[in-house]
Amino acid sequence: MSSKTSEFTTYDLNLIETELTLGLPGESRGRKLAKKRRSIESFDDIRSDATKCPLDEKQAIGWPPVTLHLKNSNFKFVKVAVDGAPYMRKVDLELYGDYQQLQCALVEIFSYFTLVIVFIENALSENNLLDVVNGRMYVSMYEDKFGDWMLVGDVPWKMFVETCKRIRLMRRSEAINAAPRTSSRGSNLSIF
Amino acid sequence: MTYSFPEEVLEHVFSFLTSQNDRNAASLVCRTWYEMERWCRKRIFVGNCYAVNPRVLIRRFPEVKAVELKGKPHFADFNLVPEGWGGFVYPWIVEFARVYPWLEEIRLKRMVVTDECLEIVSKAFRNFKVLILSSCEGFSTDGLAAVAANCRNLRVLDLRECEVEELSGHWLSHFPDSFTSLESLNIACLSLEVSFSALERLVSRSPNLKTLRLNRTVPLEKISKLLQRAPQLADFGTGAYSAEIRPDVYSSLQEAFSGCKKLKSLSGFWDVVPAYLPAVFSVCSQLTYLNLSYATTQSPDLIKVISQCHNLQRLVVLDYIEDMGLDTVAVTCKDLRELVVFPSDPFVADANVLLTEEGLVSVSQGCSKLQSVLYFCRQMSNSALISISKNRPNLTCFRLCILEPRAPDYLTFEPLDVGFGSIVENCKELTRLSMSGLLTDRVFEYIGKHAKKLDMLSVAFAGDSDLGLHHVLSGCESLRKLEIRDCPFGDKALLANASKLLTMRSLWMSSCFVSFGACKLLGQKMPGLNVEVIDERENLNLLPENAPVEKVYIYRTVSGQRLDMPDFVRIMGKDKNGVYNLSLCDKGL
Repeated sequence: MSSKTSEFTTYDLNLIETELTLGLPGESRGRKLAKKRRSIESFDDIRSDATKCPLDEKQAIGWPPVTLHLKNSNFKFVKVAVDGAPYMRKVDLELYGDYQQLQCALVEIFSYFTLVIVFIENALSENNLLDVVNGRMYVSMYEDKFGDWMLVGDVPWKMFVETCKRIRLMRRSEAINAAPRTSSRGSNLSIF
Repeated sequence: MTYSFPEEVLEHVFSFLTSQNDRNAASLVCRTWYEMERWCRKRIFVGNCYAVNPRVLIRRFPEVKAVELKGKPHFADFNLVPEGWGGFVYPWIVEFARVYPWLEEIRLKRMVVTDECLEIVSKAFRNFKVLILSSCEGFSTDGLAAVAANCRNLRVLDLRECEVEELSGHWLSHFPDSFTSLESLNIACLSLEVSFSALERLVSRSPNLKTLRLNRTVPLEKISKLLQRAPQLADFGTGAYSAEIRPDVYSSLQEAFSGCKKLKSLSGFWDVVPAYLPAVFSVCSQLTYLNLSYATTQSPDLIKVISQCHNLQRLVVLDYIEDMGLDTVAVTCKDLRELVVFPSDPFVADANVLLTEEGLVSVSQGCSKLQSVLYFCRQMSNSALISISKNRPNLTCFRLCILEPRAPDYLTFEPLDVGFGSIVENCKELTRLSMSGLLTDRVFEYIGKHAKKLDMLSVAFAGDSDLGLHHVLSGCESLRKLEIRDCPFGDKALLANASKLLTMRSLWMSSCFVSFGACKLLGQKMPGLNVEVIDERENLNLLPENAPVEKVYIYRTVSGQRLDMPDFVRIMGKDKNGVYNLSLCDKGL
């Protein structure tokens, strides 16, 4: 099994942590958080830090208890459903600058029901998530404001944010007829 | 010998009773007083729209002029209540339209308001004056257009943090030229541009306008024009407070502000450019309320403004103020009653600003009238909390949010039980408390023992066992609202204190250990309660009885099951027809 690390990024969420992911959200793992102070050059600095991925701690829904109107920017919360997951999540698309950041966030928040999700960077297409444990592949799709189901990644990011109403990570076996056929560059899958 | 006052005398006496609690008490004295009081009660407050239904309300109070309703539970503000849960105001509006043609005021909080509702309001009530929608959703600018076009005597249109579907900014132009009664307009939550010329004309023909809170799209350069047209303003919210630095813009802005001799409240300040802040200096000493929570600028700029606000009573600011800025507040704002510090970057673990517990301690020392605190920070210690409680025993509202869940005392690594215990022990008038950080059952023991006036308690990621919940439910005599998330509280304490729940408005518990079985049992045992299990998982009937529910919302009600529940809400322990207390309703109680 050849592992070409340059061709994929293992988003290893630290198995010890994920073993307890079915517990209460937001559980602190007891890590002492280093306190750094940095000078704030502009508000953009602050915002871009917030979109760094991955986040230090799992974000519990609705924590900290700040209402949406505190945010300086607009927000756009959309539901994200993953086939097989017991509940959906909501993400604020305005928090992310591009598809990659969104993918990071999706991997993060859906790690709770699978041990490791591998994020394939350049193989096939950018929006495929591989669930190693189950050997399933997910395809990210979204419903646009016209009610059509589209593949995530086709349109420029800003247009996506504007038109996306909800997101679904569909099992590839179900998507096979809906999504465009991907080319057979499947050799990267042989690592598993 | 029986005697009674003539009705007119009783009515006159009751007209001096303004608080609903006083009126409720008076109505319990005897049948005559009950009857008399209900005919002359003009203002109604319903803290939970599902505690009672429109039919019961209008049967008892036939002559209502002002209604206030609240819908969703407080945690809906933080996305914990799924969309579609409820809080629909439509059935109420329909009944009011039928029975109260002279209704003048509607205040709604966390309710779903549709355009149809707004259209009905705009047409059914001839003398409609006040519409205040707080954290509401479900309507669009079309609904606002209807209100603007049809409410000839409107005085107040106040949209506080609402989610509005904004189809266009044109709605404001629907206020007719003959409309001159406006006293208060708050559109700060809207993101679309409204026609400035329509706004300017509206302001010009509203001599009684006291409150004007603009939205972000109104440019700074145009504000002077508005202020010149309305120098009588008492409460003003700017739009985006940024523009290219131009002396002419600055000087007209400064002049306009200095003309506002009655200005007491200032807010807005989106995208603030610090160079323009001095334009407000002339009004600083008049201000009693200052909201800088959108002013993303550093401490020195904020300090320059705040250091001139000697008469400030309420301050809302971002943590950019830092401890240094709060020292200034402590020295300058000797009349301060309320301090709110919001986090600028709540989702990042590392501190981006130098705001610690010391800022709050400093304000608690310097501001002797401080009663209400909402403070977000990243570290806290027991010693700081003890100091605060000793400095300010007059606190009535203390809400502390340490951003990291279960964060211990950063100096000793102990739980913060003793600190919060000191707060409830020393602050004997405390009516509202929100806690955070590492907390064991101990803190709940202190709360149950000392917090006798506590009306509302919010708890997250705290406690060890059911004992914690039991302490609160059995000890807090005045408790009416309890909201809990992510705590290891389960069935025992809940069932043991079932009757307590009838003395409360509501209890919310999410991500705890309350089981389906317990919810069912509670619902069966207590017909006066609705035990709502809010659970979005599929195949709930496959789960065992002892499996924990996602969320449960329990509230007392005389109205029985509600009929507008989505499929993820189940009222437990009632039969399918369960409209409890129909007989009481018929008695007109």
